[in-house]
Amino acid sequence: MTDTFNKVEDIEIRLLLDALYHRYHYDFRNYAMSSIRRRLRQAKEHLNCATISAMQERLLHDRDMLPQMLRYLTVQVSEMFRDPSYFLAIREKVVPHLRTYPSLKVWVAGCSNGEELYSLVILFREEGLEDRTLFYATDINPEALSQAQAGVYDLERVRLFTENHRLAGGKTSLSDYYQTGYNRCVLDKSLRRNVVFSDHSLVTDQVFGEMHFVSCRNVMIYFDRTLQDRAVGLFKDALPRNAFLGLGAKETLRFSDHAAAFRDFIRDEKIYQRTSA
Amino acid sequence: MTPTSQGAVIIGASAGALEALSLILPALPADFARPIYVIVHVPPDKHSMLADIFAAKCKLQAIEVTDKEPVTAGVIYFAPPNYHMLIEDETHIALSNEEEVLFSRPSIDVSFESAAEVWGSRLTGIILTGANHDGAAGLKAIAAVGGTTIVQDPVTAYAKAMPEAAVAACPQARVLSLPDISSVLQGISL
Repeated sequence: MTDTFNKVEDIEIRLLLDALYHRYHYDFRNYAMSSIRRRLRQAKEHLNCATISAMQERLLHDRDMLPQMLRYLTVQVSEMFRDPSYFLAIREKVVPHLRTYPSLKVWVAGCSNGEELYSLVILFREEGLEDRTLFYATDINPEALSQAQAGVYDLERVRLFTENHRLAGGKTSLSDYYQTGYNRCVLDKSLRRNVVFSDHSLVTDQVFGEMHFVSCRNVMIYFDRTLQDRAVGLFKDALPRNAFLGLGAKETLRFSDHAAAFRDFIRDEKIYQRTSA
Repeated sequence: MTPTSQGAVIIGASAGALEALSLILPALPADFARPIYVIVHVPPDKHSMLADIFAAKCKLQAIEVTDKEPVTAGVIYFAPPNYHMLIEDETHIALSNEEEVLFSRPSIDVSFESAAEVWGSRLTGIILTGANHDGAAGLKAIAAVGGTTIVQDPVTAYAKAMPEAAVAACPQARVLSLPDISSVLQGISL
């Protein structure tokens, strides 16, 4: 692998991302390059394309390529109650504040297959807040959104979900919320009664309402710094003073242009509170 | 010229990492002129003590990486548990939650390959003790871009599998004892 080859490949990557944007309006142009490069190489290999340019040609002329491409370009890795201490902190420290509002709006931005959304709905139900809460679950990948809407997961993952739920201070049994069959766990549809699923891009779309809590974990790690500033800017606009923003365990607002608009609420859990800035 | 443009060092280790790194990192001088990325297989729990342990032992600053961490020379960057550490460019690190690679997240291969893209021939890659094959493909990628490759002599390693796999994948790598690796590192900083 020579330097020349790599430079050509980087040009091909940029061209493919341009093509994806102009043809289908999915904008990955400001995603972090290191991860995009890795995933496009995987896609190239699995889709049997000789080059990334060849993959671009198929993408432009064959609409069926789009869902496959999105599967590679978006990362769908999550768990219910992933990082249980995050959910425990929401339960113990954030919920008491949320209780003081007569109605609540929660936005799970980049909800992927829905694991985190359902974790929050269950937590809110356990805490008696579900009935007054409207949850917005958004993602750019239609396939992931329909997965989230279906709420069906492999049964083998349930043991981990159950353990996470317990560590997150669960007050009920996770098995109260699902039925099993055909090696699947099917979440109770009542968990979706206050959820709105919607296609929304942190890259190209605007804010759609005022929120009390935004949870956006391990989504912005795939963005470059410019794009991160745009997304955090949306959260800043969506969150009034004292509202909350939760990020992934190794994400931070420290490097953000909007750092002053937030203060650490629970530092170790990356839960921030909106300031008046 | 950015302060780090002379090059970078990347180290991967697994079983026995703490002892091996303890013979290398604390010996580095305070004016070491390159960033050092370190990937150790750690359990996926949220907290790893590695950065704290080495911050206390080393003359250099040691930190656990946060997403988009700015990179400067003379700092040791530890990959955090449960994320891949990708070298985004010479001055930033990006984290990723992609699937485990060879049952590992962080994966040594993922970090090494991304570092090879960014640093090319100015990169020194080092594989230490470990009990699986992670790092072999990554070291090969560093050799392919003309970087320097070093492997801990498997005979001296707490666990041989990882250095053996690295040597097999990258036969041009220098095979050295830990004290010799330490001397080489102190030499390249000049």
